[in-house]
Amino acid sequence: MSRIGKIARRTFLIGSAAVVGGVAFGAYYINRPAPNPLKPEAGQAVPNPFVVIDQNGVTLVAPRAEMGQGVQTTWAALIAEELDIDLDKVRVIHGPAATAYYNTAMMGALIPGKEYEMSAFQHGLAEQLGKIGKLLGMQVTGGSSSMVDGFTRMRHAGASARETLKEAAAQKLGVSRSRLSTEDGKVIAPGNITLTYEELAEDAAKIDPVTNVDLRDPSSWRILGKSVERVDMVPKSTGTAEFGIDVRVPGMKFAALKRNPARSGMKSFDASEALKMPGVEKVVDLGDGFAVVASNTWLAIQAAEAVVADWEAPEYPASTDAILAEMGKAFDLDPDSTMLDEGDVSTLPSGATEVTAEYTVPYLAHATMEPMNATAHLQDGKLTVWCGNQVPIIVQEKCAEVAGIEKEQVDVHTNFLGGGFGRRGDFDYAVYAAKLAKAMEGTPVQLTWSREEDMTHDFYRPAAMARMTGAVKDGSVVTMDGQSASQSVIRQFMTRLGIPPLGPDKVLMEGAFNQPYGIPNYRMRGYVSDLAVPVGSWRSVGNSHNGFFHECFIDELAHAAGADPLEMRYNLIRDVHAPSAGTLSAVRELSGWTGKTPDGVGRGVAFCYSFGTPVAMVIEVTDEDGAIRIGKSWIACDVGIALDPSIIEAQMTGAMIYGLSAACFGEITFADGAAEQQNFWDYDALRIHNCPTAEVKVLETNQVLSGAGEPGTPPSMPALANAIFDLTGKRARTLPLSHEFDFVV
Amino acid sequence: MTTTLTINGTRHDVDLPDDVPLLWVLRDELGLTGTKYGCGVAACGACTVHIDGLAMRSCQVTLGDVDGPVTTIEGLGTPDSMAAIQAAWVEHQVAQCGYCQSGQIMQAAALLSETPSPSDDDIDAAMQGNLCRCGTYPRIRAAIHTAAAKMKEA
Repeated sequence: MSRIGKIARRTFLIGSAAVVGGVAFGAYYINRPAPNPLKPEAGQAVPNPFVVIDQNGVTLVAPRAEMGQGVQTTWAALIAEELDIDLDKVRVIHGPAATAYYNTAMMGALIPGKEYEMSAFQHGLAEQLGKIGKLLGMQVTGGSSSMVDGFTRMRHAGASARETLKEAAAQKLGVSRSRLSTEDGKVIAPGNITLTYEELAEDAAKIDPVTNVDLRDPSSWRILGKSVERVDMVPKSTGTAEFGIDVRVPGMKFAALKRNPARSGMKSFDASEALKMPGVEKVVDLGDGFAVVASNTWLAIQAAEAVVADWEAPEYPASTDAILAEMGKAFDLDPDSTMLDEGDVSTLPSGATEVTAEYTVPYLAHATMEPMNATAHLQDGKLTVWCGNQVPIIVQEKCAEVAGIEKEQVDVHTNFLGGGFGRRGDFDYAVYAAKLAKAMEGTPVQLTWSREEDMTHDFYRPAAMARMTGAVKDGSVVTMDGQSASQSVIRQFMTRLGIPPLGPDKVLMEGAFNQPYGIPNYRMRGYVSDLAVPVGSWRSVGNSHNGFFHECFIDELAHAAGADPLEMRYNLIRDVHAPSAGTLSAVRELSGWTGKTPDGVGRGVAFCYSFGTPVAMVIEVTDEDGAIRIGKSWIACDVGIALDPSIIEAQMTGAMIYGLSAACFGEITFADGAAEQQNFWDYDALRIHNCPTAEVKVLETNQVLSGAGEPGTPPSMPALANAIFDLTGKRARTLPLSHEFDFVV
Repeated sequence: MTTTLTINGTRHDVDLPDDVPLLWVLRDELGLTGTKYGCGVAACGACTVHIDGLAMRSCQVTLGDVDGPVTTIEGLGTPDSMAAIQAAWVEHQVAQCGYCQSGQIMQAAALLSETPSPSDDDIDAAMQGNLCRCGTYPRIRAAIHTAAAKMKEA
């Protein structure tokens, strides 16, 4: 067997080559600091890539995409805490695409194994592996990883900047640094001498940054651990926040595009009618589609409709039924992974009762409120790209490729994202804009996708199906044997990146193999279908379907065992992972769970451990004149350390509503290879009148700090399905639920 | 042909065909980008503005059909001088991605001018055309109640 093949057997998909094999990269290179991408101007101190101080004040760089999750506020708070400055006195920017801004945590989370079982040593290992992220240039916002990544690094950046400013003051005043302190943006010296950071910037720029610093004890935190006003809140409440679609560059033209609805190539197109329309300037061949350039976006969208194109046939079965039939064949293949195999699932324990069920969930669109778009300008061999994106370095490289220039000649400006949910972790929107900029050299051009183009050209959450077998005895679960089949999101994404994918897909089985249930006979197998339907990361990724399969089936097992579904979960989890069991206790108390509901009311519970964060959820539904109303919800999560409780509560609630919207109404279906859903009228979501109230309890008992952006989504869908069973006596094993149940709409 | 519009109290002469939707006149012609494009078919409310004080979907009103003064989110208040409804949005930390919030705020402002003390049912009826994919609805409801109380005191 080839060396790479041997490594692949021992390795899991982590974005590139064989990291667990340990042969890929030397420690020296990994540990060498990445160059500081911030080029100081005269009088500016840039002690590290995260802090800029000049005569105009302090700027904090939070190079993670702000897509609503509050990352820029809390990253800035981590720096400001150590720098002794208030958030309302600083400017927060995203900063450039740069390897200094690699994501340590995301790579570490991709190592095989169950995170909740990790020892401190293993957490250290994950951190070491995370440094690979730097080599791969992964300045990624995703995987609910930003706080895990930034928690120590950003405080260190703030502390280093603080001590460097003190050193500058010490040299200026001729006193020892140890006799100086900092407060409210100033260095304070004996004798009530104060020097502002701005005054010290020029001197601080001349000395080597102090990097040997101590971090403050959490008991002395002023900002962290409290709910602060988000730095983007006033701009977002006054229409002044600049999203990608709001970029306005002098001389800019507006463009719209159309591509093959069946996601394949373009044979030819005839733009003669479009070119006759007033205000239309040009129609550009994009390879698998075309763009129309006009004097405003609306004209461009209208003119794109007037272009007649001849498209290639799809590279996957043309209808949803045929796609799902093909996906089901994956169960006949060898499993791609068996990451959980405990006890003996093949023998039914004597006296046990067997339970089986099959589940299917559909393709889902991200449907961000801001449609995909990017603005690009190619001039004098330099390309500037503006867009909301979760992967600026990948955007930089891929845009350089199509523009035919070196990546160093590409500047990427990351604007606010009008929603990400994983969609802007891809980069197609930027590449089309770069192609267009090349065809329009010298002219800046903004390429906006119509809502219909956005909906029909997503990288969808893949459909998935499960076959579950289990057994119950003496009021509890003795066996659970699950199989999930779906497409591999990670393999497709890596193929788009041009990196050969190796090894079993861990992400495909997240939410199934790594749940802290002490079930004696417990197995989870994953099956990969190599269908070519375009798929991508959708908030919580594999957890989004496995959470549904696992937690609906646990509920069925509890019912078969005659056990209370919350109590049974608690008893199975208690001895495996106490923080997880703690979320079930908390949600029981919060919701006043008794296991009994009056006529016309149904309650369901679900639990999922994802991205390091256990979340338990109770959903209450009521019968309202024959329609189901999702009235109330209760969420308990454990994030280890709650850096900003208000933001965490908002993320938990929002992630739940995102999941409930999908559970009720979300599905992308295909006909003739094309997505059938076009806009919000046929891909709707919960709205204010049919959205539940929410109470959130944020716990802090977990061993390590963990993410908040995604873990609220996985338990939402099964909690709703289980509540509907409690209300109606009917099991929902297929999503969306609107096919079988009437909701208040 | 030239059409004269009054937007946020300022007159603008716009040289575009009559059938261009107001949304794109605001965004692409006048640079008032606070008003957002979400769906183009009045299914999401992100483009909501006031025309003569009424909440309208600017993606569905053509330039030729604008028959009164227009107020956009930029005209409601500014970062240094926010309207009561905007201050309530900040107080409750409503926005997540923030893309739909201009439309939500304009819709809520119109509700409060018509119904100064809205019930939850009033809020449901007025706000259900405004989609938010981040799921900020519970805080939107709370902010509307707070703004109503503050405006009553004033």
